[in-house]
Amino acid sequence: MYGFEAMTFNIHGGYLEAIVRGHRSGLLTAADYNNLCQCETLDDIKMHLSATEYGPYLQNEPSPLHTTTIVEKCTLKLVDEYKHMLCQATEPLSTFLEYITYGHMIDNVVLIVTGTLHERDVQELLEKCHPLGMFDSIATLAVAQNMRELYRLVLVDTPLAPYFSECITSEDLDDMNIEIMRNTLYKAYLEDFYRFCQKLGGATAEIMSDLLAFEADRRAVNITINSIGTELTRDDRRKLYSTFGLLYPYGHEELAVCEDIDQVRGVMEKYPPYQPIFSKLSYGESQMLDKAFYEEEVKRLCLSFEQQFHYGVFFAYMRLKEQEIRNLMWISECVAQNQKSRVHDSVVFIF
Amino acid sequence: MADHGGGGGCCPPMDLFRSEPMHLVQVIIPIESARLTVSYLGDIGLIQFKDLNAEKSPFQRTYASQIKRCAELARKLRFFKDQMSKADVKSSAKSEAKAEFNFDELEIKLGELEAELTEVNANNEKLQRGYNELVEYKLVLQKAGEFFKAAQSRAEAQQTEASSQQAAEDSLETPLLKDQDSTADQGKQVKLGFITGLVPQGRSMAFERILFRATRGNVFLRQSSVDEAVIDPHSGEKVEKNVFVVFFSGERAKSKILKICEAFGANRYPFAEDLGKQAQMILEVSGKLSELKTTIDAGLSHRANLLETIGKQYEQWSELVRKEKSIYHTLNMLSIDVTKKCLVAEGWSPIFATQQIQDALQLATVDSKSQVGAIFQVLHTKELPPTYFRTNKFTESFQTIVDAYGVAKYQEANPGVYTVVTFPFLFAVMFGDWGHGICILLATLFLIFREKKYSSQKLGDIMEMTFGGRYVILLMALFSIYTGLIYNEFFSVPFELFSPSAYACRDAACSEATTIGLIKARDTYPFGVDPAWHGSRSELPFLNSLKMKMSILIGVAQMNLGIILSFFNALYFRNPVNVWFQFIPQMIFLNGLFGYLSLLIIVKWCTGSQADLYHVMIYMFLSPTDDLGENQLFPNQKTVQLVLLLLSLIAVPWMLLPKPFILKAQHNRIHQGQSYTPLEGTEESLQVEAGHDSHDHEEFEFSEVFVHQLIHTIEFVLGAVSNTASYLRLWALSLAHSELSTVFYEKVLLLAWGYNNWIILIVGIIVFIFATVGVLLVMETLSAFLHALRLHWVEFQNKFYEGDGYKFAPFSFALLVDEDE
Repeated sequence: MYGFEAMTFNIHGGYLEAIVRGHRSGLLTAADYNNLCQCETLDDIKMHLSATEYGPYLQNEPSPLHTTTIVEKCTLKLVDEYKHMLCQATEPLSTFLEYITYGHMIDNVVLIVTGTLHERDVQELLEKCHPLGMFDSIATLAVAQNMRELYRLVLVDTPLAPYFSECITSEDLDDMNIEIMRNTLYKAYLEDFYRFCQKLGGATAEIMSDLLAFEADRRAVNITINSIGTELTRDDRRKLYSTFGLLYPYGHEELAVCEDIDQVRGVMEKYPPYQPIFSKLSYGESQMLDKAFYEEEVKRLCLSFEQQFHYGVFFAYMRLKEQEIRNLMWISECVAQNQKSRVHDSVVFIF
Repeated sequence: MADHGGGGGCCPPMDLFRSEPMHLVQVIIPIESARLTVSYLGDIGLIQFKDLNAEKSPFQRTYASQIKRCAELARKLRFFKDQMSKADVKSSAKSEAKAEFNFDELEIKLGELEAELTEVNANNEKLQRGYNELVEYKLVLQKAGEFFKAAQSRAEAQQTEASSQQAAEDSLETPLLKDQDSTADQGKQVKLGFITGLVPQGRSMAFERILFRATRGNVFLRQSSVDEAVIDPHSGEKVEKNVFVVFFSGERAKSKILKICEAFGANRYPFAEDLGKQAQMILEVSGKLSELKTTIDAGLSHRANLLETIGKQYEQWSELVRKEKSIYHTLNMLSIDVTKKCLVAEGWSPIFATQQIQDALQLATVDSKSQVGAIFQVLHTKELPPTYFRTNKFTESFQTIVDAYGVAKYQEANPGVYTVVTFPFLFAVMFGDWGHGICILLATLFLIFREKKYSSQKLGDIMEMTFGGRYVILLMALFSIYTGLIYNEFFSVPFELFSPSAYACRDAACSEATTIGLIKARDTYPFGVDPAWHGSRSELPFLNSLKMKMSILIGVAQMNLGIILSFFNALYFRNPVNVWFQFIPQMIFLNGLFGYLSLLIIVKWCTGSQADLYHVMIYMFLSPTDDLGENQLFPNQKTVQLVLLLLSLIAVPWMLLPKPFILKAQHNRIHQGQSYTPLEGTEESLQVEAGHDSHDHEEFEFSEVFVHQLIHTIEFVLGAVSNTASYLRLWALSLAHSELSTVFYEKVLLLAWGYNNWIILIVGIIVFIFATVGVLLVMETLSAFLHALRLHWVEFQNKFYEGDGYKFAPFSFALLVDEDE
């Protein structure tokens, strides 16, 4: 029903779209961030946040606050909102919403596996997991010794199971392995999500393919930069790139052979949408790249709210909220550690 | 108009016709007495402070740290409340007003109490955890003991069987145990290890599955559900749990299983295989349990005592904290002087409160032993002051009805005054039935007599609304009884209340009552509709004509009232243009057409003429010069009609054209420097005028003004017709109401009566009662209420009401309580 969403979308999706748009107007604005950046203590931050949507979540916290408490409570709000939306959603929106959390699931799996590899306490690790990426038997991940066991024991019950088909080996787990596993899983996840959105069709496909392509390209760049100087071969590197996005396939060929950051830059500057991101960076610098990508992402996510009758807004909202929580975490950390000069370094204004 | 005010007689003289005159005051408070001053002003509750620090964020303001302290205290109080509600301790609503607490003392005291409470809680929790662990252990001992016993007896039975049969191949049920038994006997194989514990029931399936996968099926798991929910020692929540026993072999399997147990939150407990030891352990555990129980009880009673003492003063404290917080919020709105010695407050207050405020300021200066008093002065401003009506509990709900449409502009004529009577009256015209009226009256009297009780407690959503409007409903009920008596309706049963019916049958058999009709035997029925009309064939045409005409009369009267109020507004705001070019043509237009119609109706009623009023009205427009013929009601009617028609036609351009040009001329004059407009007044209204004039200095867009006037004119001219027609809803709803009640009475109650069967009668009565209450008393009341509301908001208020003011929101402790609850 391409182009006719307006006729039928509201039957199932109207209520939730209204909800998500309402949530969106609760996002902190530039004025809020300006005020937050001027805070002297974490209590000031709490006081300011109590005037926003976060108020009820923070009001019962006793006074010596920690950054983790703030972040935890803010995440709790996100999770509550997500759960509410998931409860109200019908197919295919509920599947779409579930897809959004798979990324967190992958991160959590990697976190636990790495943690147990370094002999951390499972309980402690569980607390660090993102609550959106929790699944039933996540704690049992600690039992597994290698990928095969990991898959056979635990992940076969989770939605991540299909993504594992490419990385089942009997090798023992080590850091490198896990990182490769994360990227392989992510690749499979993004491709699957992309296919799912294409299947949905209409404005959802149009907007989501754009957003996901950006995500895929960003991951490709990050993989390239992170793997420079490691023993990862070019072919292995190429295998980790998702098979869609603006860089696919020719950009991938070029990225796969990059040896330093300036080569990456050379590749990326051929693509007009990414040119402004890289032109902002000075040569040889990769520190600010993350922020530049985040800014670009936020811009794209905000734009998705300009169109109606599609599911992209849910994805965009969740992403924006996560960015907001990252911002709050950064600001709180800076305030807590008296590094106020750096407070603007990593904050991405949403509006 | 002002002397109309204290209509109630019981209440202080008030002027509801126009909102209270306000002024902008500035108070300069020395910083040492600031808190006390604001607190006294909050007690009076008649100043609306302006935020002078709007550009500052909350934590940059002067008293941010105090607000933080208050928030912290409020959090502690919430913690207490939470604990109290968990422990089922009620806070005594208003205890004897004990010693006044100082804020600092309170802070220390609450801190101590919180620390004590958390400590007690922690201790209790620890004990509770130990207790719960023991309970779980006991369960494990019992359940696992059962497994072992059952398995053993079965194994024994099987062994005897096996020894008799010399073969034991097909015992699928307990292969491992049997093996274990046989191997134990023979002492050849390694002994199997086992782990016992509890796992939450919801996760038991996954647990089993993972165990199976992790050990590749080399486990034997038995589970048995615990009958009642167990309190989990770690989370403290009630969970349904399963007791499990896992048998395994080998160390690797053991470490895996232990990890899995941990991951699933399964609590493991040691378990002895030996039966004797088991019994001993059970005994031991039970002993410990009863010991712990007494300790826990002692701890709980200690905690309950603590909470009890908190509960006694909780309300007092929370009120104090609320007040304190609001004081600092208000202080934050004041701007601080450059010397940091005093605070400057600006705010609106009604003029009558000036003395009260000054007294409070003086008192605060004395009480805080400040050397310098606060300075109070009135500022002149062009801003529009807020609208404030001093309502009482009776007029408040009526004022709310008006405010729901829009808050009156400052000092604008207030329709609320008229609403007190017209609203219930219009409702009653639609709801005329004195039986139903009495039902509603009883209901609302119940609310009014229990007013004291209800106003102090929290009611449900709908109940709250009904309770808030109890006086509106009271008047609605009284007026319904009145109109019901006029309509002679009592659940649609006619009554001969005031005298016997004026009509009688022609003969004794009364055979012609429904065909030819009755004859008039007595004087006209003295009040309301003659009961003889009820049920007759001509009942509907008679009542329809009566009610329709009545609706038009009421409508025209109310609309005229609206236009007259616009006259008083123009007079009050000294706006002669509106009098001459709006009020007068509007009056002429409305009364030339519909006022004339009303006159015709009255003449027809008085003379008993048979003229057709539709015909008169229609042909007044279509062919005004034609002869009226038999429809003539009075001599020279044709001339009168011609004059009225001409006047109405003239009134339209009169409304439309002159006003924009005059406004333009005025504007030009002002710009030429001859400020001609009556700026020099003696009253407060001069400020308002000045405020208006300052707006006029903006661009004067003639086309905009003209279009505006055009729209107004068209709206009025069309509105005169459509609004009059709109008042016919009075007739329509009253017709619907009486017809519905007739249906319920005749088709339910009388029908059931006719069967002469008491079961049917009872069913009929029940159906009748439910239909009457549900449809007539609730739904009809709502619909009539809504229609009355519409008639007021649209048909009445659009004639004069601007409704673009804003409400006076004073800083007051009395209002604070409602806000927070």
